[in-house]
Amino acid sequence: MIETSALSVRLGDREVLAEVDLRVRRGDWLAIIGPNGAGKSTLLKAVMGLVAHRGTVTLDGRPAAGLKPRERARLLAYAPQTPALPPDMTVFDYALLGRTPYIPYLGRESRHDRDVTASVLDRLDLTELAMRRAGELSGGERQRVVLARALAQQAPVLLLDEPTTALDLGHQQQVLELVDRLRRADGLTVVTTLHDLTVAGLYADALLLLAEGRAAASGAPAQVLTEALVGRHFDAHVKIEPGPDGRPVVHLVRGGP
Amino acid sequence: MVAQAGPSRARPLWVLAALGVLAVAMVAGLLDGAADISPWQVVLQAVDWLPFVHVDSGLAPVEQGLLFELRLPRVLVAAVVGGLLAVAGAGYQGVFRNPLADPYLLGAAAGAGLATTVAIVLLPSAAGSIPVAAFLGAVGGVFLAYTLGNTAGRAGGTATLVLAGVAVTSFLTAIQTFVQQFKVEELQRIYSWILGDVGGGWDQFWLVLPYAAVSAVLLLLHGRMLDVLSVGDEEAASLGVRAARVRFTVLLAASLATAAAVAVSGLIGFVGIVIPHVVRRLAGGSYRIVLPLSLIGGAAFLVAADLVARTVIAPAELPIGVVTMFVGAPFFVGVLRMTRRAST
Ligand SMILES: Nc1ncnc2c1ncn2[C@@H]1O[C@H](COP(=O)(O)OP(=O)(O)OP(=O)(O)O)[C@@H](O)[C@H]1O
Ligand SMILES: [Mg+2]
Repeated sequence: MIETSALSVRLGDREVLAEVDLRVRRGDWLAIIGPNGAGKSTLLKAVMGLVAHRGTVTLDGRPAAGLKPRERARLLAYAPQTPALPPDMTVFDYALLGRTPYIPYLGRESRHDRDVTASVLDRLDLTELAMRRAGELSGGERQRVVLARALAQQAPVLLLDEPTTALDLGHQQQVLELVDRLRRADGLTVVTTLHDLTVAGLYADALLLLAEGRAAASGAPAQVLTEALVGRHFDAHVKIEPGPDGRPVVHLVRGGP
Repeated sequence: MVAQAGPSRARPLWVLAALGVLAVAMVAGLLDGAADISPWQVVLQAVDWLPFVHVDSGLAPVEQGLLFELRLPRVLVAAVVGGLLAVAGAGYQGVFRNPLADPYLLGAAAGAGLATTVAIVLLPSAAGSIPVAAFLGAVGGVFLAYTLGNTAGRAGGTATLVLAGVAVTSFLTAIQTFVQQFKVEELQRIYSWILGDVGGGWDQFWLVLPYAAVSAVLLLLHGRMLDVLSVGDEEAASLGVRAARVRFTVLLAASLATAAAVAVSGLIGFVGIVIPHVVRRLAGGSYRIVLPLSLIGGAAFLVAADLVARTVIAPAELPIGVVTMFVGAPFFVGVLRMTRRAST
């Protein structure tokens, strides 16, 4: 579904992303992990076509460079790490922005667009907040509202940049389970960056470990989440054990590194 | 209480309320302290002017002529110019994602001021050249700022555009001041133009109307797109919107509106910032609300301001630009205080 080859991004005079090859099949969930500044967000933006890059991105067998912006937006939905929520905009209006790729340039939204938006808000427990101003939301509420916008886009690919950092335990699970269900039911392809390595290993089929703009490791969670790799690239002292379902669980060890 | 969830739009109630305020302001503007005419007669007379309708207002022909030849065009010009400035202000604010952007931001006022000064100095007798000069000057000022902003920074970026506007404004204002010193005897005329005037009669009205119609319709159509722009260029792009293109179109329309308003009425400040802001506070922040209600609210505001300008020191007249600022500022503060708890 998504393929990149030798994807490189230069920002200022720094090579932020260097020669990253990536392959995600339809219906798969790839989690991108890596320390701060590794280039995770930049990788998502490059796939989304939001930053200038070298190398190629192929979406659904077609070169991404040849897609019109609206076509691309119907194929990829993106929730940024630090979204700009206009404080005066209502939650409903914000989520409705996700329908933009389907609404004619100067036209207005259809009943279908409104229904999709309302049902997405409902699924994320946001119906009560629908007419609130975005400026009056808590951090976690904001994050779910941004996710609602991305889901309203109804694209076959979801690119989520740190979708759960501000969420409490219950909402974290709710969001991840929702994404997982969508992926199983509708065959969505999911790419997320995640800081919680255990959570990444729990939900994703494959992990990509980025370090200093390069792919340091990739593969099944158990192959990437090893004490050696995590210790080296995160500069952290961790203990990794298999959990009840065999997926790796990452513990911090006091006193390190 | 959970309101029925749905997209923001200008609710009919708000539109009707705004139109009601506009109607009251226009009747008051037509009436203008004339003791022997009643508001009801003015309303009847206004209905009589409509095509295919005939009612007897009971007004003498002289009174009818006074209303039709002097007051009516004046009220209409004030309404059109006020509406244009307010809707252009809202448009600029959407484009620059800054509620303090105003219609004169991109050098429109300075360009018009310079061109008008040059016209007055070089062709003192040709009064008809002023609107043309003002229009060309306003368009030229914006064009200069836009080109400069785009060559200096990323194409269509907002920060460099604003800075370019500031630079162009200072530069053109300096030239304008320089030029006006050559004809000190025309200073009075230059300043009276700069401070605004809507008393130019039917000619003034027909001159502004086509530009007003085109630019207002174009701006009103872009309400939803300006809402999309408010999340920033990068996220707008992720939604399939080319922000630079939307920005260019809206800038074009807002600048056309500004140039048309400036051309017929001079520089009338404050309307373009205050009215959209008041609308935002009272009715909601979506541009689908702010644009249409600013159009109507700006019209009502300037009609009222013109009424004040004509009456406070009658028989002399205050420049309308002075009134908009003098009346507008306290009014603005009042609205800010009134709605302080509701938002922020
Ligand atoms: N506009 C820019 N100009 C120059 N350097 C930039 C720019 N944007 C990001 N960078 C740099 O690129 C590197 C990668 O940034 P990126 O946002 O992709 O990191 P990340 O892996 O998402 O980090 P985090 O875990 O903190 O979100 C960082 O070192 C950052 O400082
Ligand atoms: Mg990041």
